[in-house]
Amino acid sequence: MHAPHSQYAIEARNIVKRFDGEAAVDGIDLTIRKGSIFGILGPNGAGKTTTLRMLLGIIDPDEGERFLLGSPEPISMAHQVGYLPEERGLYQSMKAFDAIAFMGALRGLPLAEGRKRGRAMMEDHGLGDAADKQIRQLSKGMAQTVQLLGTLVHDPDLIILDEPFSGLDALNQGKLERLIRAQADKGVTIIFSTHVIAHAERLCEEIAIIADGKISFKGKVSTARDRLRPQVHLETRNLDGPWRTAIPAECKPLGHNWHFTLPESGVEPLLHALVEGGAGIESLSIERPGLHDAFVQIAGDAAARKMEADAGNNNGDETA
Amino acid sequence: MIETIRAAFVIARRDFAAIIFSKSFFFFLLGPLFPLGIGIAAGGLGSQVSRDIDNPVIGIALSPAETEMLLAARTRLSGSLGSQSLPDMVVLEDFSGEEADILAKLDSEKSLNAILSGSLAKPVLTGSKRDVDKWRGKITLLVETASSQLAEVEIETRLVGQTGSSSERGQLLTAQAGQAILILLTMILAGMVLSNLVEEKTNKIIEILAAAIPMDAIFLGKLFAMLGMALVGIAVWSTVGFSIALLVGGNWAALPSPAVGWPLFGLLMILYFSMAYLLLGSLFLGIGAMATTVREVQTLSMPVTMGQLLVFFLAYSSITKLGDPAEWLAVLFPFSSPFAMIARAAQMDNIWQHGLALVWQGIFTMIIIRFSVMLFRRNVMKSGQAARKKSLLARVTGK
Repeated sequence: MHAPHSQYAIEARNIVKRFDGEAAVDGIDLTIRKGSIFGILGPNGAGKTTTLRMLLGIIDPDEGERFLLGSPEPISMAHQVGYLPEERGLYQSMKAFDAIAFMGALRGLPLAEGRKRGRAMMEDHGLGDAADKQIRQLSKGMAQTVQLLGTLVHDPDLIILDEPFSGLDALNQGKLERLIRAQADKGVTIIFSTHVIAHAERLCEEIAIIADGKISFKGKVSTARDRLRPQVHLETRNLDGPWRTAIPAECKPLGHNWHFTLPESGVEPLLHALVEGGAGIESLSIERPGLHDAFVQIAGDAAARKMEADAGNNNGDETA
Repeated sequence: MIETIRAAFVIARRDFAAIIFSKSFFFFLLGPLFPLGIGIAAGGLGSQVSRDIDNPVIGIALSPAETEMLLAARTRLSGSLGSQSLPDMVVLEDFSGEEADILAKLDSEKSLNAILSGSLAKPVLTGSKRDVDKWRGKITLLVETASSQLAEVEIETRLVGQTGSSSERGQLLTAQAGQAILILLTMILAGMVLSNLVEEKTNKIIEILAAAIPMDAIFLGKLFAMLGMALVGIAVWSTVGFSIALLVGGNWAALPSPAVGWPLFGLLMILYFSMAYLLLGSLFLGIGAMATTVREVQTLSMPVTMGQLLVFFLAYSSITKLGDPAEWLAVLFPFSSPFAMIARAAQMDNIWQHGLALVWQGIFTMIIIRFSVMLFRRNVMKSGQAARKKSLLARVTGK
């Protein structure tokens, strides 16, 4: 039995979705705390959108159960939820501020209030002049912003954004990041899917990595990174000496440069061995691995390459 | 339930405004003028051609005195039978009346269909078999009238309000007219619902709607928006129609009164149209929702129209068979029920049956919407695998 005031915005237990017998989502467990920014990472076709659609109640899982804001009937919580789907869509003949009001009205906001807020939000986002224009008269980026504002107009407690950065230029991606942070500062839970690791790395407190319909990792970004040992970049004057025992045997120099994974013993023993052993340190840096490296380690090299290709295609779309 | 109605209202308001304030709605209102204009023009031309074909010219080759008597008889009969029902007559002067001359005359004079010769006591009608067979009776009547020399009989008439026979015939006429109007309007308007979800699907708006409100509300809202648009159209057309009828001096008193009376009959016309529209519309919406493109919708239109015709035929064929199993079938079968019931309203004065019928039709509308939603969720939104395991009753009631 779930209390309506659950501490979790989302709870999913072993949800499965099959299309034509093929599992698009294969037994996902997910809990997302209220008030957090949560990223769902994975290449196209990994099952991100299907998972979000099940969580929202657009489609039902074939197996398992899910709770949205504590309710097993997600549609009953729709007034508290904002959703930006991956495939954007608006009524082309509607005026921009009316489109925002309509999206609010769908989720229980009175139309008059929605119109007032719609105009104000457009002013705030520098689109005041476009408020009375029909959607078909707006640029793709402007229409996308209008849809995003429509997602927020009713002040939801939970915002779910499916690939929100897709199709946006760098400037608008920055604006969207700031908007997400501003909503999070108000205590709103934000869940977004992406195949661009950098966005998740900058914004999220927690992430889930999905590949082939399964969750490969779920937890804090720092935990994902901690799965990899830090990388050491060392430049020495000498190429041999007693200090070599401190470096992994398989590590070969590139000139006088050495790149290797920090040994389990840690930084201090390494430094001691290098100094005492007479390596002649010219430079030394120890880098914490990025989320991308963690993703490669968790989801596999193939998934990482696919995600990079998706991101490349997406950028191609933006400039087309 | 309240949330579904609220959400349906949001959808209906958006759709209704989008339709009513579009330029194409003006052309929609003008729509019936085209078939009406074509109908009037074709009817006028048709009757002109029909008159030209059916009103032959008969040449008269009798003695001058008998010719005079025959023409006088035609004038007398025209008064009671109407001039159009009697053949035109041309007197053939200086004509021998010999068989050879008659044949030559008929051959040369293209305007003559037949020639009446001989005498009133022993008339001879010469012409093609078709014309002779068709006009022999009328010519005989004319000759007998001319021969009898009786004074014209003046019949005294006494008028009563209604006889049992005239009332029944009148109500049958009203039933036919009411049903025909209902069928025509439903046929013109309900088919439009087929393409109603195409915009949402091509624009991907369906995803936003499906995440925000119950799917039933989307279907209901769309259906009621289209019904609203149809009723606006009907109101405009009725107003224009009545105005024209008033201008040309329509005789309202001559219209046969329906059994339930005009005010209730008018109300029932609106209610049964609405129910017919909702019933067929919900089915069409469900079918149309499966289509992904306008082309698919167009392909679906033909079988849908044929299906409509079958339903209309069922209702129309039972109009004179009140209480027969065939009529009960038309009353109980949801899609023909509104048409069969309006025929009942014209011919039977008990009112309670209409309440029952409206409830019956309303329940079926809800069932069809539920079923359409279930198909839509399963086939288009790719959902409902789990729902498949539920019982049919649970799916229909949504529990």
